[in-house]
Amino acid sequence: MTTTQTLDQDRARPPATGGARASGPARPTAAVGPRKIRRTPAFGVDDWLSLGGAVVAAYALVEVGYNHIFDFSGLFGFGICWYLVFLAVYAGVVAAAHPRTMVVERLVSATLYLVAAAVMFALGTTVVYIFTQGYHAYIHIGFFTHDMAGVSPTAPLTQGGILHAIIGTVIEVGIAVVVSVPLGIGTAVYMTEVGGRGSQLVRTVVESMTALPEILAGLFVYAMLIVGLGMPKSGLAVSIAMAVTMVPIIARAGEVALRVVPGGLREAASALGSNHWRTVVKVVLPSARAGLATATILAVARGVGETAIPLITSGASSFKTLNPVGEPMNSLPLFIYTAYTTHEPAAITRGFGAASVLLAMVLALFVVIRLLVRHRGVQR
Amino acid sequence: MTTFDLGSVQLGSTMPRALAPGKDISDRIFHGSARTVGFFVLVITGAIGVFLCYQAVPTLRHYGLHFFTQTRWEPQLGKIGIAAVLVGTVEVALVAMAVGFPLAIGFALFITEYAPKQIKSWLVSLIDLMAAVPSIIYGLWGFFLLQPRAIEISRWFSQHLGWIPIFHVDTNPNAAVWQQSAYTSSAFIAGLAVSMMTIPLACAVMRAVFDQAPIGEREAAMALGGTRFSVIRTVVLPFAKGGVIGGTMLALGRALGETAAVLVIISPEYLIKARILEAGTQTVSALIAGNFGDASKSQISALLAAGFVLFLITLLVNTVAATVIRRSRSGASTEI
Repeated sequence: MTTTQTLDQDRARPPATGGARASGPARPTAAVGPRKIRRTPAFGVDDWLSLGGAVVAAYALVEVGYNHIFDFSGLFGFGICWYLVFLAVYAGVVAAAHPRTMVVERLVSATLYLVAAAVMFALGTTVVYIFTQGYHAYIHIGFFTHDMAGVSPTAPLTQGGILHAIIGTVIEVGIAVVVSVPLGIGTAVYMTEVGGRGSQLVRTVVESMTALPEILAGLFVYAMLIVGLGMPKSGLAVSIAMAVTMVPIIARAGEVALRVVPGGLREAASALGSNHWRTVVKVVLPSARAGLATATILAVARGVGETAIPLITSGASSFKTLNPVGEPMNSLPLFIYTAYTTHEPAAITRGFGAASVLLAMVLALFVVIRLLVRHRGVQR
Repeated sequence: MTTFDLGSVQLGSTMPRALAPGKDISDRIFHGSARTVGFFVLVITGAIGVFLCYQAVPTLRHYGLHFFTQTRWEPQLGKIGIAAVLVGTVEVALVAMAVGFPLAIGFALFITEYAPKQIKSWLVSLIDLMAAVPSIIYGLWGFFLLQPRAIEISRWFSQHLGWIPIFHVDTNPNAAVWQQSAYTSSAFIAGLAVSMMTIPLACAVMRAVFDQAPIGEREAAMALGGTRFSVIRTVVLPFAKGGVIGGTMLALGRALGETAAVLVIISPEYLIKARILEAGTQTVSALIAGNFGDASKSQISALLAAGFVLFLITLLVNTVAATVIRRSRSGASTEI
């Protein structure tokens, strides 16, 4: 951070009157000699030391007080007390060298870093836990190449697999994408490009439908198609319900993608004599291509994991089927849920294996989004 | 049209000219079909409401207002009501919001104000990823990994704050061998798992609005000697008030309707109670998902009625949220 040269200069000069706000040792403002790029650390060595010191001091205080003086117990309470004592100690340490605003700033930033760490920790444990628990299931190749036909839930993990659930998920999501992408992008185009009196209403409804509980989409399809029209429980029913939840997601994210297309491009196309239809098809949609792809992938990631919908509308088959109409079809979330309800260790491990595959699918989709965002510089 | 035509316009003519609103046939088809698609989506939402309502009518007519005051759900005995289920739904959602709101707003502020520039876009993707992790996976996580640890938290609360009714548990928390099963499958643990789904939803909305806080005002606050926190307090939060409220309500809508994670964690109990740390509760969506398999025709109608109530509640919450967010939004399109 500081070279020996600048340290020497520090010693040679009288201490600068940096005031209370300056953090770290005061440095000469205009050093004579060759110009060097000075770094002005917002968080210097002494700041790190006071932070670390406060953490350790708080730990020591709580360690003594928590178990031995106040007779509390439990790791959670320990964590809470440690954090509160840390805030108090840290406030004291910072207050020794800085004004009140700086104390507040330091406490808030310590809290926000902790919050961020907590959220990332929770997500990290989820991913790691699922993959470690499913390990014993998915190390067997047969897990990906067999279905559960004739295999009981208690059978060892070397038998049976989730091929039927993977195929079911892919088919169901595929149909849902074919249905929902034209509708979703069409709605986004209507909201941004066409507009008019109804567009505000459509926008409000689309936004409120984004958080429509999946179970209600399932119920809707059940009430209308299965009870009302006598359609059998099938993969197609799942796809329709899934599309109902995916359309608003695509429409909403797509609207954002279309809105960041510069207005100047539209005007340029109009000035060149293009009509509105050709402007949208040749200029607006291609410019927003990456954003629209991202919107679709977000919707697919949501659709892949929907559990309540197949639970109500598909019925669970234990064998591989390619027919989405007329017969029950399994899917990964449904497989996981039914495995969980058996309470058999082997079945639950198999469920974790299926959960690993499902999570891997979602992660793969997000890698694709990252690549799209990086190459196209899409604002989302 | 060629340039020669321009010459034929008489110079000095001051007569007004008719301007054709340039809508040719393809544009008319385009506008018409886009409008059709937009309204089709409207109709689908309407259809969800109408169908649920239509199917719920027999139940509502049969049970009348008792449907909302009865706590038991025992179709065999002719007792069907959603009073306890609604209370359970709200409790789970409130726990999720109480845990999720501080984390969501904290993480959103961290991303926009504190995180180093290089990792900012990664953190945004992380939030999207967190939102896309299937709820059944959070259910497994909550049941197998979180629950054995979270009951320690429950016990700590009931030990030290047991005198507050909501933290009370009907067992002796100080017993040397404490009864763990009294703390499992509670509204609290279900709420923790649901908060994993509400955090990214609320956080994504809040982050987007925080990012729009005007740069000029930020710099002005900095130039006046403000710290990052004083910029947040004086510029970012006042600007983003609508986004914070709207994001929270969107998350609340999600929490009210969450199914899979809740279904995995809770054990059904039809009782109006405030003791969120105690085993057993029920939510509308878990009720529907859990009882669908072995329901008769009239029971399905009862479940659909429950679904209709959930639909009305979430629609109300989400519409208010969408309206609040939209009011706080600026700029219809980006200019070059």
